[in-house]
Amino acid sequence: MSDGVETAEQTVATLHGCPLIDSHGQQVLLVPRESYVSVVKSLLVDGYDMCIDLTGIDYLNMPHRKVGAGVQPERFEVVVNLLSLTHRQRIRLRVQVPESDAVLPSLFDIHPGTEAHERETYDMFGITFDGHPDMTRILMPEDWHGHPLRKDYDQGSIPVQFKGSHS
Amino acid sequence: MSTVISAGTNEGGQELRSRSELTAKELFREVGSVLRLSEAEAAKLAEVQTEAPEDQTMIINMGPQHPSTHGVLRLMLELQGETVLRCKPIIGYLHTGMEKTGESLTYMQGGTNVTRMDYLSPLNNELVFSLAVEKLLGIDGDIPERAVWMRMLLSELNRMSSHLLFLATNGMDIGAVSMMLYGWREREEVLRFFQKVTGLRMNHNFIRPGGLAADLPAGWRDDVLEILENLPSRLEEYDILMTGQPIWRERLQGVGAITAREAMALGATGPILRSTGVPWDLRREMPYLRYDDVEFDVIVGEHGDAYDRYAIRFNEIRESMRIVYQILDRMPSGDYRIQNKKVTPPPRARIDESMEALIHHFKIFTEGFKVPEGEVYVGIESPRGEIGCYIVSDGSSTPYRMHMRAPSFVNIQALPHMMRGGLVADAVAVISSVDPVLGEVDR
Repeated sequence: MSDGVETAEQTVATLHGCPLIDSHGQQVLLVPRESYVSVVKSLLVDGYDMCIDLTGIDYLNMPHRKVGAGVQPERFEVVVNLLSLTHRQRIRLRVQVPESDAVLPSLFDIHPGTEAHERETYDMFGITFDGHPDMTRILMPEDWHGHPLRKDYDQGSIPVQFKGSHS
Repeated sequence: MSTVISAGTNEGGQELRSRSELTAKELFREVGSVLRLSEAEAAKLAEVQTEAPEDQTMIINMGPQHPSTHGVLRLMLELQGETVLRCKPIIGYLHTGMEKTGESLTYMQGGTNVTRMDYLSPLNNELVFSLAVEKLLGIDGDIPERAVWMRMLLSELNRMSSHLLFLATNGMDIGAVSMMLYGWREREEVLRFFQKVTGLRMNHNFIRPGGLAADLPAGWRDDVLEILENLPSRLEEYDILMTGQPIWRERLQGVGAITAREAMALGATGPILRSTGVPWDLRREMPYLRYDDVEFDVIVGEHGDAYDRYAIRFNEIRESMRIVYQILDRMPSGDYRIQNKKVTPPPRARIDESMEALIHHFKIFTEGFKVPEGEVYVGIESPRGEIGCYIVSDGSSTPYRMHMRAPSFVNIQALPHMMRGGLVADAVAVISSVDPVLGEVDR
């Protein structure tokens, strides 16, 4: 578990200037935050016309994980699944988002269907999406504190009281 | 609660804001540019909006306790008279943190969690979860043939039961109350079969990583045949009762229309996407299990309205029956789960003879099996669209992150676009035609 030098064994190719790796036979594109929107736009031109899924992950407990292709891991990661109906292909985008500045540009203008996903990711992880028209909580109540799917958010437990039980 | 992060909690209400609170740009965005409309189209839509002064419009709540909103869906509608100008679905009333729960359950227990998400097609949830775990384990190619075909059988029967329930609720929402009773009745026959096979009517936890929990019981073939033989004549009856009936057509045709471009931009899948004329069915386009070995047609609509969505689901029942007939013909014999010591508990008989088997059995059920580090996404066609499972493993016996891409969660985003400009009475028909399951919307 050392944050050692990344080897290039996993690197398969590059696509739109980003390393394309293989994960269990699935295409994964490691996209830097700066070119995130432009890569999604280029992929739309390539035929990836649907955004199927967008979600976040909090890698707090895996700080030394290997992302692959020499990409520096950060605490948060946003994963976007794109689908091409014409080529019958999927591609997955993984974007590293640092804890200190958990902001990512919104895909709303390219794929309006990410509206709910981005709100959910904000709600659960506290990653904000710049340019999203309605950056509010979606699943939790609007006055809720904290972001439940973060790893440092305690699950907690409410002691169950049974009627008539001893102690 | 040691480290509660209270960063940014009150960013504003989730509710639909009134016109006076919105800037022109926000309104415009909500109305038009949400979709990839041309400038002219969007401008036309904005004109319609500005025509309605604030004192003529009213914002009302529909739900969360409304019988026809299918659970706890709450819609805020802005009405002008009977016309819906804007609509915003507000969800989360059924949120129980199932993705968080999934992080503390082993891969063995995970099925009990995911099966409760889309409670109308639990077996499809279990299937996608199992497929994802198997891919991470690297055993996805070694699942015995019988297990694969059994999974297909259960998945298709589940599609039938789900669509039959859609016919029931759709009928009830439109006012054909007798259809509600018939739909529930037919669904119950499928559920009775499930009960015989899995022990439970719903929430089976029957499809598990590595195969299934048990083999099919004796006489299963006759039970399936009985369902298949009873159903066609009844479907004919419902066809007469609804499809050609003028009131039914009046209520559904042209209601809640959506174009293919809109559906794709909004990420809508399943019958909603197919109703717009896009022949996209993952069983055909990206086959999983053995769907490339069976013959069936992908039902496609043309107008993208509520009627097409009804007709697609109706005919998908028939296609599923066609698939089930082929499965009955070709069901292979063999094992119902993989014989991999890492994943599969030893058979009951071995436990009595062997201490090692007993220990192994105990360890699998208490600690669970370890899954190699990695991340994987698997998507399959559930009755409501693409259900996907994204799992990240850190090498332990519980998922580091388990995310379900719930089709209903995405599909209800299409509601505001289907409803705009329609009548409030049609809103019920539109919700019904999207067929959302709030259990998986909120998770």
